[in-house]
This record gives sequence, structure tokens and C-alpha cells, in this order.
Amino acid sequence: MTKKVKTIVLTGNGTNCEMEMAHACRLAGSAVVDIVHISELLYGEKRLGDYHFLNLPGGFLDGDDLGSAKAGANRIVHANIRKKKEKLYKQLINFIKDGKLILGVCNGFQLMVKLGLLPAFEGDYATPTVTLTFNESGRFEARWVYLKVNGDSPCVFTKGLEGLYLPVRHGEGKIVTKSPAILKRLHTNNQIVVQYSDETYERTVMDYPDNPNGSVAAVAGICDETGRIFGLMPHPEAYLHYTNHPRWTREDLPEDGAGLSVFRNAVDFIKKAF
Amino acid sequence: MVHRIEVGFRQGIRDVLGEKTGRKITEHLGIDVTAVKTIEVYTIDGDIAEGELAAVASGPLSDPIIQEYAIDRGIATGFDWLIEVGFRPGVTDNVGKTAREAIELLLGTQGSVDVYTSRQYALKGDLGRSDAERIASGLLANELIQHYEIISKKEWISAQGVPPYIPRVIIKDDPTIEEIDLAVSNEELQKISNTRVLALAVDEMKIIRDHLLGETVLHGRRKAGLSEKVTDVEMECLAQTWSEHCKHKIFNSLITYEDENGALTTIDSLFSSCIKKATQKIREALGEDDWCLSVFVDNAGIIRFNDEYNLVFKVETHNSPSALDPYGGALTGIVGVNRDPFGTGKGSKLIFNTDVFCFASPFHNKPLPPRVLHPRRIYDGVREGVEHGGNKSGIPTVNGCLVFDERYLGKPLVYCGTGGIMPARIHGEATHNKTILPGDIIIMTGGRIGKDGIHGATFSSEELNEDSPVTAVQIGDPITQKKMTDFLLIARDRNLYRAITDNGAGGLSSSVGEMATLCGGCEIDLKKAPLKYAGLKPWEILISEAQERMTLAVTPEKCKAFLALAAKMNVEATRLGTFTDSGMFHVRYGEKTVAYLDMEFLHDGVPRMQLNARWTPPRHEEPAFPEPKDMGSALKELLSRLNICSKESVVRQYDHEVQGGSVVKPMVGVVNDGPSDAAVIRPLLDSFEGVVVANGICPRYSDIDTYHMAACAIDEAVRNTIAVGGSLERMAGIDNFCWCDPVESEKTPDGRYKLAQLVRANRALYDYTTAYGVPCISGKDSMKNDYIIGKTKISIPPTLLFSTMGKIKDVRKAVTMDAKQTGDLVYVLGETREELGGSEWFALHGLVGNAVPKVNAQKAKKLYQSLSRAIDRRLVASCHDCSDGGLGIALAETAFAGGLGMDVSLSLVPRKGIRRDDYLLFSESQSRFVVTVSPEAQEAFEGSMAGSTFACIGKVISGGTLRVAGIHGETILEEAISSLKEAWQKPLDF
Repeated sequence: MTKKVKTIVLTGNGTNCEMEMAHACRLAGSAVVDIVHISELLYGEKRLGDYHFLNLPGGFLDGDDLGSAKAGANRIVHANIRKKKEKLYKQLINFIKDGKLILGVCNGFQLMVKLGLLPAFEGDYATPTVTLTFNESGRFEARWVYLKVNGDSPCVFTKGLEGLYLPVRHGEGKIVTKSPAILKRLHTNNQIVVQYSDETYERTVMDYPDNPNGSVAAVAGICDETGRIFGLMPHPEAYLHYTNHPRWTREDLPEDGAGLSVFRNAVDFIKKAF
Repeated sequence: MVHRIEVGFRQGIRDVLGEKTGRKITEHLGIDVTAVKTIEVYTIDGDIAEGELAAVASGPLSDPIIQEYAIDRGIATGFDWLIEVGFRPGVTDNVGKTAREAIELLLGTQGSVDVYTSRQYALKGDLGRSDAERIASGLLANELIQHYEIISKKEWISAQGVPPYIPRVIIKDDPTIEEIDLAVSNEELQKISNTRVLALAVDEMKIIRDHLLGETVLHGRRKAGLSEKVTDVEMECLAQTWSEHCKHKIFNSLITYEDENGALTTIDSLFSSCIKKATQKIREALGEDDWCLSVFVDNAGIIRFNDEYNLVFKVETHNSPSALDPYGGALTGIVGVNRDPFGTGKGSKLIFNTDVFCFASPFHNKPLPPRVLHPRRIYDGVREGVEHGGNKSGIPTVNGCLVFDERYLGKPLVYCGTGGIMPARIHGEATHNKTILPGDIIIMTGGRIGKDGIHGATFSSEELNEDSPVTAVQIGDPITQKKMTDFLLIARDRNLYRAITDNGAGGLSSSVGEMATLCGGCEIDLKKAPLKYAGLKPWEILISEAQERMTLAVTPEKCKAFLALAAKMNVEATRLGTFTDSGMFHVRYGEKTVAYLDMEFLHDGVPRMQLNARWTPPRHEEPAFPEPKDMGSALKELLSRLNICSKESVVRQYDHEVQGGSVVKPMVGVVNDGPSDAAVIRPLLDSFEGVVVANGICPRYSDIDTYHMAACAIDEAVRNTIAVGGSLERMAGIDNFCWCDPVESEKTPDGRYKLAQLVRANRALYDYTTAYGVPCISGKDSMKNDYIIGKTKISIPPTLLFSTMGKIKDVRKAVTMDAKQTGDLVYVLGETREELGGSEWFALHGLVGNAVPKVNAQKAKKLYQSLSRAIDRRLVASCHDCSDGGLGIALAETAFAGGLGMDVSLSLVPRKGIRRDDYLLFSESQSRFVVTVSPEAQEAFEGSMAGSTFACIGKVISGGTLRVAGIHGETILEEAISSLKEAWQKPLDF
């Protein structure tokens, strides 16, 4: 049992949701929340190992110029820690091995799938088997979506949740699996955590705009087999207070936004596990 | 060695970009294509082994799940025509830069390769070569910045693919300085100005010539190694500094104004006597409570948000570049204005964008004059440029609008605005001031300098003509800028620099030149400036407007720490020289002095213009058309007008929620699709204090009287702010004048009238900002929005964008425009008069009319204050302002946004002089709102509004029908809100 949850929110090279993601972690009860520029990791001033919870926020890593987060993934894999014979990637893999939590949102999720951190069947965190590509509308989509939460998923971030209403803001959010077998496996393992749904959170939807990007099986977010690594396209950090809700002026809503529960779950899990 | 890596989608994977391109080919050009596939091409120039190439192709450059690649062969198959589009030499290639960095990281080498990107479109369909040509030149490539190649199925050999094309800039490195002899005839001087795109008048050139002949000046020059002749570096520097764009010569001119009765008045600078004076008057009235901190002196205006934080705001235009290259021009517009609040005071964190575009109809179906792009292409390009610039910078686009008028065909208007927040003090020092001391180091950071954006300042000081230079176009790179701003915010908080400014129009010449006025001089060495490629002349280095650069004053003892942090964060930063108190703008190239100008002459030597204005009120045909029989159809027709209809398709492509403080979004209501009046954001996530962002713009009224156009624009921005819960207590304005050339000349015979229009707009600005107590804190003018080629001249209607940034004390009290509840009472606030001059209703009939809406500021102010109080007391369920299309549109929007019906009676509407139902519904009288109030709050609300004009005209009903009874009591309109909404949503749904 630890009381002092330490969170790192990684930023730099085009990431842009780090402030609100850090705010979410603070509200969720993390004692330490550091927004860390990747150069601080590469200069050895900060180490991933000193934290419990890694947040990979949304943004446009390197402008998504080579495809979303592609250049960013290339950096994580190949960048060296300065003056040391150590790769940043090694720190990341060790972080996962230590049973710690990673949450990737939007561009952070894109980064995770392109690195192979998700869905990472049988602990293979290096081989991509799914990807995120251009929305079928051919456009950037900024709109709120209903998400059905898979109660059978091992995902620690969505424990106790049935549905979420969150904004998406992306041009490349359509999930494509390498083969139908991969999709089947995601289903079988309950690694599909959230799916675009109707407003009752019951029926998953393939129709635009409720499914804003045409994702296969309406998938909006997936986790690894342990449930400790989770990525999704919608932004839980964008709904921390009721005034973020698009209809707060006409609906009765609780003080806290639904997105906050994702971070609370993470922090509570760490408090128990470490 | 040159290699090409081509990346395409695997069989069975949808190519949505290809599909979208196919749709555009049909929609824009009317050419049918069966299929379009896209292929990304990376041309790699450098030493790279075969195995490494495969690692690069399969690693960062392609996605194994959905893509396949080919090295040094063509990957395209099954097409009829293949079109490859790449950049011309020297054009910013952001993707190429990212690819190069990724490859260098992968290979562990630095500077080993160059990467150039291009895109192939493999077209299938029954097309001839001329169709392919039209598709390439009319849609896929902008020949100003891109080149293309067309290959037919027959010509194609896949093993060879498309031969590599390397758009490398190859210029002989020849940093010579030219001396220009100004002791020549007037004709020769004019020729020099024209051929060098200096935009200088002959008289101005003579003043420069004479100045250099002065005894002390010449003595100093000789000592510095120069002569009485001006160097090209000096000439360009003076032209930039003295340009209309930078010096606002028209706004600072001495104007003789003749009114309609022949009475003459002299106006000593519109800027000083109208804009600045108004702000000064408001600040004096605020006294101790003055919340303006820095106005008109910096890149943006600064006001106090609370004891701990200040707000910064600026709106800019980027019209001329957007006319030539809509995507690049608009992208540069938004990332360019980002640097204004970023480079204000000690620098601010950017918290919102607001964009307003003025275009001709995207459905324009008449022949286009030379060099004019189709308005649909401009619409798409500008929209996308601002999308990339705003979204990729992580700044929410919270507010904006689109305005349509045929006269924006020659030059579209692209207004981009950005707000920022800064701590009020850093390390105990106030952040809103700028100081520089002699001895401070001049550092430039961010991007490198190229030939892009040369003559932007002078080019935009002229009309768009045949010789408008291609180099004036730049393409911004939001990620290079984001990396730089990430770095500089940390540097700011560590107090590593003393002052900061941006490099915008005029480049270093302007940024260093203006900073140098704070200490009295500077000395810089252009040879030290980092270049994108060799071969730039010293004058080009000085005035290049290459993007993503800030200039800083760093104290010598902090220089090392500043540069180290830059290096760590992978941002380039270079020492260029030193600030001095020599009184001279001293520029060297290596050891050689290339410019040596007296600071005072540089900044104050420009002669003052003396201009004449004459106001003759125009008379338009007085409309005489019958009242429509079917008011429902009339309402739907109005709802479908381009200036009124939904802009949701644009809004949804802009991220308006990033940074997590979104409170009132652009689209609101029961299914999130009603048009919000203004944006409310919460910049500090642990506080409920908010910022309200709004704008007002109504160029149609300029056809009648620009005085009232300006008054209405100001009123619109203010009432939008009030509508969401803002108040007059702390609201700052930004004025953006976009005019057609108001200086009488051969090209502009009606210059006196246009200048009179400018005078009148400024008078209104003074009258109404002071009346409301909404001071302008910064602004901008763009005075040459004309198009002249051959015999065609198109001038924009005089356009004032008035943007506001206000404070709301508690965002939890904000109100949206959608009807909330069945049974709520519907109120109209404010008086409706017969003011349809310039209205959308008249425009629908092809008419202008004469009775332009007039603003009664005293009444409006009282109404606004009462409404603010009512909203603060939570008495208002919904509030929507009446603007284009008047009351009818506001009622319809309120109803369908709420998904509820409405039953109202026009006979109850407070009015004056109106006898027709259509006029009552569609008059555009200002300072009015449609408000809904729950019956429980009725008494308190009415009490709260006592003393203002208002009336309850009906109520919100279930059942989804808008029912309107006319002045005489009979039902004149009964429409399903779903059909009203459809009419409103349809026109721009692409």
C-alpha cells in the first residue's frame, strides 16, 4: 500500500493535452504529478522508473507528419539517454514489467499502438497488430461520443463504469486490425474496453457520427491483457467538471465529470498495488 | 545517391484521402473519376545503404498494418492517369523535415540525408490528358508553390516509376551588397520601387536620399564604410519599416474630411484621435480600477484577469497570402498571430483562437478573373490551413464566423486571433512591460531563414496584381513553433530572458528594429543567422518572413543557460548581436557594415500623408416588394442564406476543447448543434473565473453608412458577450479594419469616398467603445484589399471585425442560446424598428435599401447591464442575440437548438414604425435578444429588466412546431422545427 502515488505526464514535440491530463491526475489524488518534457528523460534528469503512472496525452507528435505518432514511436524506440548506454525504450519496457500503469489518450493511444504496447498479446509489447488511421469521413472530428464500457474487461481504468460520454478530437481514430483473427482475439480476451454506442450505452454503433471514425467493431479503446495498459481515442481529461459537458446548461449533472473516474480508478489501483 | 520510397495502402484498406479527392474532383471541377488512390512519396537524397533504406521504409515511413512500400520503383497499379505533386524549391516541406529527423534518429547520423515529399494520385476513369491537366492544375497542385507531373497508363513503366525530382534550392552564394543611386528622376525612382516591390512613394525615396546626404549622417556612414548611396539592405529595411503594413500611414495621416453639407474638419490621425483617445478616455473613467495594462504598444494588448494573471489578445489578418495560397496563407495566418500574444510582455501561454473568414460564395459559377482561385478552393484551403495551424498547436478554436459577399472574390479576408494568459508577475517583476538594456544579447530562436515570405510586408501594402511575388507566400510549421513555445515558456519562468518579440512581417528587420527602440540601438551580424539553404543575400536574411521565429533580449550572464536549455529541448537558438544605445540600427554581414541607419530616421522619418475625404451619403433604391404569402418558406430561405446557415461542418473540424477549459462551446443545445453566441472558457482549471470571446462583423451595412456598420459590429460583439453571461465590467476590444484602398489615385478615383467611409467607421468606434466602456487594447488595419488585373477591379466592402475578450466571474452562471423547457416564457428584449437597410432579407431580394440599423448606445447599455444582472441571478434559461435575419432567425434557432416548439405573437413585440410581419420578423435592429425564462423566475426577471424595453411574446411548447401569430393576430407561420433546422443545416454541409 502506497499513499504517495507518483504520476508522470509526458510531453514535448507536439503533445498538447498535458496540462489537463496532469490536472485530472491531481484531482484523482495522485500525490506527485510531474509534467515531464521528453528531453528531461533523454538528459537523464528524470527516469520513468521513479513513477507509478505514465500518462501519454493527446496532441500531434511531430505533426503526425508520417502518420499519427509514427515519428514519435520511432523516437521512443531509437532515442538514447544522453551520455549513457541506455535506450529510453528500455525504461518503458521495464516500467511495464514492473506492473505499473500507462494511459494513452488520442495521440498517446496512437503512439501506443504504433509502438506495439497495445494490444500486446502474450506480453509482446513490441509488435504492432492494430493501428489507428484516417477517419472514414476524411476529416478531423471534434464531437462528443457515447462509450459503452465492457464490464468484463480486465482494464483497471474503467472498473465500475458502464458508460462514458466524452469528446473525440482526431483525424486518425479509426481502428484497423491486422487480420480478423486479431479482432477476434481482442474480443475473446475482453481487451476491447470502450466502444462507440448509442446514448443508452447499450448498443454499439457503426453509423457516423455516433461512431465518429468508422472503427472496426466500434472500438474506441483497448487494453493489454493485464488491463494496466489502456489507450483510447476519446478524451477523459476533457470532462473533469460538469461545465465541460456540452449540455450542462440544460441537464442535471454531478459536480465531477465522468472522465475523472478513469483517473481515480488508476490512482486507487496504484494505492493498493504498490 | 537519390532514392524514392513510395508508400500506399494495402489491398482492402480504405484510402479516405483518395476518396475525398475523388469527391472534390467531381464537386469542384465537374469531372467524373471512378477511383482515386493516393501514394506518399519520400525522395531521399544522401548516402544510405540498401538495408537501411528497408529499415526506414518499414519503420517510420510506413504502417505495417495498413500500408505497403516500394523502394526505387513505382507502387501504383491499375490507374489511367498518375499525377505526382511535389513542392517547388524552397517551399517549406514539413513532412520532409519530420522524415529527415526520423531517419537520422533511426540511423544514428546527423545531416546525412535530405528528404523531399510528394504525393501521387492514381486516377481511374474515362479521362483525357486535358482532364488530367485540369485536375492537376485546378485542384491538386497550386503552381505557385508546387509542381506536378502527369503520366498516362501507356507511358508508365512500374520498374522505373516516376523519375526522382529534387526541389533543392541551388543558388550561388553571393552575399554582395548593392548600392542604389537615388539621385535619379522621379520615373526612375518609381521604377526602383516597383521592381524591388518596395511599395515606397517617390517622395519617400527622396526623403531617404536627402537624409543620407546630411553632413553628420554622411560622416558617420563614411566611417562605417558606406557612402551617400543607400545599400540594398537599408533600402529594404526602410521599405519594410515604412510600409503601410507596419507604419499604418493611412491611419496616422492628416485627413481633411468634408461632410455631406460641405463642412470641413481636420483629423489629426484616426488612430490617435479615435482609437487611442477612446481607450484613454475609458481608462481615465475607470481611474483606480483601470484594468488595462498594456495597450497599443506591444504585439498584443494586455488586461488584468485577476490579481495573479493577465490576459493578452490580438487579432491579425492574412489576406493577401491567402488569396495566392489559401492553405499556406491561412496556416501562416494562425500560427503567425499565435506569436503576437506569445511575444507580448514577458510572453503568454496561448489559450484560445478565434477565426473569421470572408469569402465569395463557394457556389460561385461565373468565369474567374486571372490569378483568382475559385472561392470554394479558397474556402477549403483556408479552412484546412487554420485547422492544421490551430489544432496542431494545441490551442482551442473557440469562436469565429464566416461571412459571404461576392466582393471577397478578389481578396478573401482571413482574420485570425489568439488570446493568452500570463502570470501577472514572474520572480517579483511585472510581466506586462518590456525593457531592454544596452549590452543585452540579441538571440533568434525557432525556425531557420529562407527565401520564404520575402516582401510580405510591402506586398500586402499593395493591391493584388500581376506582379504579386510568389516569395511572399510562406507555409507555417506548427510543430516547430510548438517546440519553440514549449521551450520559451520554461525559459520565461526561469527568468532566462529580459524581453521577447515575434518575427512576423518584416522579419528580423522589424523584430530587432522595434526592440532596439527600447534601448536606443543595436548591432547585428546577418552572417550568423541560421539559413535553410545557402545563397541568401544579406537583405533577404534581414527581411525574410520565414516563420516560427522569436527574437529575444538576453542578459549576458544568462545567455549560456538560455542556449543550453534550447539545445536540450532541441530548439535552435543563435546569437545575432547586441542591443546598444548608439542610436543606430547597425547591421553587419561578417565584418562589413551593410546598413547603418539612424534609429530616429528609421522609425520616425516617414513623411506624413495628407489625405482628403468626402462623404456623400449613397442612395439606394427603396425596396418595394410585396409581403410574402408563405412566411414559413421565407424563413427557410433566410435560414439557408450563406451568412445565416449553420457552419457546423467547419466548427467540427476545429478542436475547440483542448486545454480542458471549455464551458460554452460553439455548438450547443439538445443535440449539440445550435449556434452559440460566444465562447466561454476557463483558462485556469482550478478556478471558476472565465473568459468570454466574441466578435461582431457586418460589412453589408457599409453599403449604406460605415458609421453604422462599425456601430453595429461593436454592438454585435458586445451583445454576444452579454448573451452568454459576460458583462460590460471587464470587456476589451480589438479593432481590425480591412478596407479597400482609400487613397485617391488613378487606380482609385473614388478614394475620397472610401476614406470618408474609414473616417466614419472610426468615429463610430470612438462613440460606441466609449459609450459601452469597452476599450480597444490592440488592433490592426489592412488597407489594400483590392484586386486589379487588366480592366477588372474588385474591391472588398469596407469591413470592420470587432473582437472582444471579456471576463465572467463565475462560469457556472453562463447561459446558452437553446430553449430549455416546455412552458418557459419567451421574451424579446430591445426595440424592433424598420431597419432593413443592408439586411439579409433585402439582400435575398437583391436589394440594399437605406434604413440601416442604428445603435442607441445609452438604451443598449442599460439593457445589457440589466440582462447581465438577471443572468448573474440565474433568472435566464436561454439567451440568444438577434443579428443577421433578425428576430425570425433568433426565434427559429432558439427553438430548434432546444428541440422544442414555440408559440409567439408578433403583436406583442416592442416595435416602432413597423407594419409588415416580414419586416418585424427580419429587421436587423441592434441590441435585441430572444430570452426564455421559467415561469417561476418571471417576476424576478421582469423586475430585473425594469426600465428597459422588453416584452413576453409567447412560450416554449412541446411538439416541435414554431408557431408565429402576425401583427394582426392570425397565424402567419407554422413550421416544424426539424424542417427549419434542415434548411439551416443544408447549405454548407460539406
